[in-house]
Amino acid sequence: MASATVALGAAIPASDSRLRRTVRRLLRQPASVVAGLIILAFIVVAIGAPWIAPYDPAKANFLLVRKAPSVAHWFGTDEVGRDVLSRIIWGARSSLLAGAVPVVMALFVSVPLGVLSGYAGGWVDMVIMRVTDALLAIPYLIVAIALAAFLGPDLWNAMIAIAIASVPIFLRLSRAAAMAARAEDYVEAARAVGSSHLRIAFRHILPNMLPPLLVQASVMAAHAVIAEASLSFLGLGQQPPAPSWGSMLNAAQRHMAAAPWMAVAPGAVIFVLVVAINVFGDGLRDALDPKRR
Amino acid sequence: MTRGLRLLALALMMGWAGTALAQGTLRIGINEDPDALDPVTNRLASGRQPLTAICDKLFDVNTDLEVVPQLAESYEIAPDGMSLIVKLRPGVRFHDGEPLTAEAVRFVTDRNINTPGSLRRSELTAVERVEVVDPLTVRFVLKRPQGYLLVINLAERAGMMVSPKAAQALGDRFGTQPVCAGPYRFVERVPQGRIVVERFADYWDRSAVGPDRIEYLPITDSTVRIAALRSGEIQIAERLTPTDLPQLEADPNVRVVSTADLGYHIIRFNTNNGPRSQVLRDVRVRRAIEAAVDRQAMVTALFEDKYLVGNQFVNPSSPYYDTTHPVPARDVALAQRLLREAGTPNLTFTLLVPAERERQEAAQFIQAMLAEAGITMNIETQDNATMLNNGRRGQFEALFTFWSGRAHPDGNVFAHFTCQGPQNDSRYCNEELDAILTRARETTSEEERRTLYRRANGILVDDKPGMILWHRRTFTGLSTRVSGFVPHPDSTIRVRGLSLQQ
Amino acid sequence: MKFLTFLGKRLALAIPTILIVTVLVFLLQQLLPGDPALAMAGDEVDEQSLAELRIKYGLDQPIVIQYLRWLGGALVGDLGYSIRNSVGVTDLVLTKLGVTMQLAVASMAIALLIGVPLGVISAAKRGSIADFCANAFALSGISVPSFWLGIVLILIFSVNLRIFPASGYVPFSEDPWRCIMGFVLPSFVLGTGIAGVLMRHTRSAMLQSLGTDYVRTARAKGLREQRVVLRHALRNALIPVVTLGAIEFGQLLAGAVLTEQIFSIPGFGKLLVDGVLYRDYAVVQGLVLVAAILFILASLIADILYFLINPRLRS
Repeated sequence: MASATVALGAAIPASDSRLRRTVRRLLRQPASVVAGLIILAFIVVAIGAPWIAPYDPAKANFLLVRKAPSVAHWFGTDEVGRDVLSRIIWGARSSLLAGAVPVVMALFVSVPLGVLSGYAGGWVDMVIMRVTDALLAIPYLIVAIALAAFLGPDLWNAMIAIAIASVPIFLRLSRAAAMAARAEDYVEAARAVGSSHLRIAFRHILPNMLPPLLVQASVMAAHAVIAEASLSFLGLGQQPPAPSWGSMLNAAQRHMAAAPWMAVAPGAVIFVLVVAINVFGDGLRDALDPKRR
Repeated sequence: MTRGLRLLALALMMGWAGTALAQGTLRIGINEDPDALDPVTNRLASGRQPLTAICDKLFDVNTDLEVVPQLAESYEIAPDGMSLIVKLRPGVRFHDGEPLTAEAVRFVTDRNINTPGSLRRSELTAVERVEVVDPLTVRFVLKRPQGYLLVINLAERAGMMVSPKAAQALGDRFGTQPVCAGPYRFVERVPQGRIVVERFADYWDRSAVGPDRIEYLPITDSTVRIAALRSGEIQIAERLTPTDLPQLEADPNVRVVSTADLGYHIIRFNTNNGPRSQVLRDVRVRRAIEAAVDRQAMVTALFEDKYLVGNQFVNPSSPYYDTTHPVPARDVALAQRLLREAGTPNLTFTLLVPAERERQEAAQFIQAMLAEAGITMNIETQDNATMLNNGRRGQFEALFTFWSGRAHPDGNVFAHFTCQGPQNDSRYCNEELDAILTRARETTSEEERRTLYRRANGILVDDKPGMILWHRRTFTGLSTRVSGFVPHPDSTIRVRGLSLQQ
Repeated sequence: MKFLTFLGKRLALAIPTILIVTVLVFLLQQLLPGDPALAMAGDEVDEQSLAELRIKYGLDQPIVIQYLRWLGGALVGDLGYSIRNSVGVTDLVLTKLGVTMQLAVASMAIALLIGVPLGVISAAKRGSIADFCANAFALSGISVPSFWLGIVLILIFSVNLRIFPASGYVPFSEDPWRCIMGFVLPSFVLGTGIAGVLMRHTRSAMLQSLGTDYVRTARAKGLREQRVVLRHALRNALIPVVTLGAIEFGQLLAGAVLTEQIFSIPGFGKLLVDGVLYRDYAVVQGLVLVAAILFILASLIADILYFLINPRLRS
């Protein structure tokens, strides 16, 4: 009995101090700090769009079609005369949403299923894994196009498609963590003490899964931003006149020769955001597991 | 001695002429991958391109939209209008060596009418049966006196003659290896890749054929198509858009030719098709929508003023255009007044638009213009298959579509606006219009035809089941190596008369 | 023996996965609004012709029957008929497979040639300028939207400099030079993205490997640094990299849609998108089936390579 308690005590993660240690390590890396600030800046711009953007992003003006950058329009105007800068600012909302929402949706679905699969084992595991493998084998673009056709193309349907595509990876991660944890002594001990499966999952498995999940989440967020841009580029995501960097690139491509400035800003801004997310994710990974540096 | 010298000179000259005639491979960039190359099932406009090179038709239309002979030499409509006699050109052979006879024409027409799922059936509805008068004379016995219309249809895919022997041998698979009587014979096709055709040695009009081979390359992106033209990879690039043109102006190796297109772009309103027709059923509402739109500003801003504004199913310079109903100028006050009268001052409706650039941009413009009159138009993008479906089922309030156009005005209006017309998604029904259009199909007097179509246009402008916005121009990019190209309003590339310098 | 059982088990598991894939895609397509006959024939035709077309292509049968008929055909190698292209799907897929394979192989080659060495150098010379540059390159590779890169490259190299063709594919047998030139830009676009991923994974795997006892022993034995790095550390580092590489290759096959679209390359991706847009059910089913099989094969090969490279697993 005593040894079990000792084992329990040692195994319960000292979550508070661990969190603080991680954050401290994170803050000590200049690259991560800069990346974090950039992401924060994007969020601020997205939230403050109504106040920051100089013009109405949806207002078409046929007298100002495809004008080059000028004092009045820093990034020029697009194919129906809208201010590109304002559309970039407002477009941050869709891109940030696209980075966060699919990941959250995917986690919501895959973590419980993954833990269930890894913990329970047996035929439950078998079935879940086969479906997961099947999902992984289906190109997400098919799902996206089908959803767009079925539900109508818009940002939310694109995000659902991206979420579906992200589920397999998170699911596998959670499952691996659950399987590894299941074999640990402290779990045996907890069962011996009489903890329910659910409690074990919450108190023991989940906290240990957090690091790799967080890292994977940042990777997926970066992918999601590009995926949303790709889908909007194909006309399957955010619909005009709502601003989205991907659909702006779609329009820009058609007018490449006549108005090249239309492509520079959206492409650059996607690039910066994705780089920032990736760098932050790298920093997170290094902070969570200093041995890997 | 002199005889020998003369023979030598002749041989040399022929050899020289031969090399001048050997004109290599002409590559044409088309805007999408065509569907099956069988005249019975071919639908897409892109399909017409290679088919025109492979399959000659009984007749053709020239750039003035007049009927000219091709495989047939002449036609005659009986005085009672109930039969059409067609005299064939003698000595024509199919690519497999079989001769073109009246029997072949009968076979092909039967095939066009009776093949399950045939897309040519609707073009041959007037045909009761086909009779062979003699080996080079065919009589089409008609159900209705629509002889002239039939001739025009025989100048299109319905008149493309395929070899009966090959059609019977290949059956459904004919589209993979078409055998016809055109200037070029089919060589090979890579699905979604190239279609290759080569000169047919026994063509009836050999001298008009220039390049030895033609390759049709589908390049969907017009930017990439232009790049391929400029780099010399292709020598003809079809379907360029006005915004593509500026970059070609400076290029000395390329020139652009254009002509007015036969089609029109239209926003079709749901007037009578199911519950969603309530929103736009009142004609005042539709007139209000039109009054709030400035067509000219749109065409100037979006299309460099290269397209034609329009409001009728033929363009304003056509003899069938009703000049008493000209393209209206914008009048926001009128729009607002009409809406008040109709009791819907804050009209809201949804426009379905496919993911095609020109219509997307125009839709956004229109949205802005309508907003100034207090009308809220929501834009919903759908892919073509979904939109077709929704159109049929009445699951729309307005949809933005276009019609590629036909040489005969009937082709632009009958199927679209008659009560039973398959393309009448509005389910708009006006008996008077039906009667006018039916009469117009049957009359043999061009004068009467003009009067009738003008009246038809007037009725459609007043009733407004759809709002026609503009007519395109076709822009084709040509390498300076290509000569003899004449742009045609139906956007189909006629390969006869082309020649390619090295 | 252990290896064979392992292989056998994996193959046995693959079959239900593939079946599930086909069912999922079939159901997904049934959800799509729109009628394949209408999509094919356009709206100029009357109801009677549409009905005839539906019967002709077996579209009037109940869904379960349609699926079973398709499955039965697939088991003997007949993947059905493409309504839009009027050819058998099997022929269509085989043709496209060649093209997509070439693109995938070329892209993967570029990715491996650039990504792995950069990752090794970066790990070996950690903290140096070389490391920083390599990291920056990898980061760019994974952060740039591929379609944007493609468009910009076309503008620079095809339109303005005229070095590479803007689009299209020519079979190798017909014009080898043009064929290769045609693949340069698209495989570069695809390859740099994957190079970035590979580089990062190689680097982190190398770093981990360089810190192990195994490597420390090798160093203690007095072996030259280069030999330590290349023969000992790399070998272990390659394990996760190979796994990843095989998976990326598997996903390349259907994932090159954007690139194929921009460069007009008639491969899988384009065919797949067109199939969905035109409701050409048989094409989508067939392509997804083949893509799934290839993906699973790629994973299997990854596992085999994993087995071969990892000395510990072999005993």
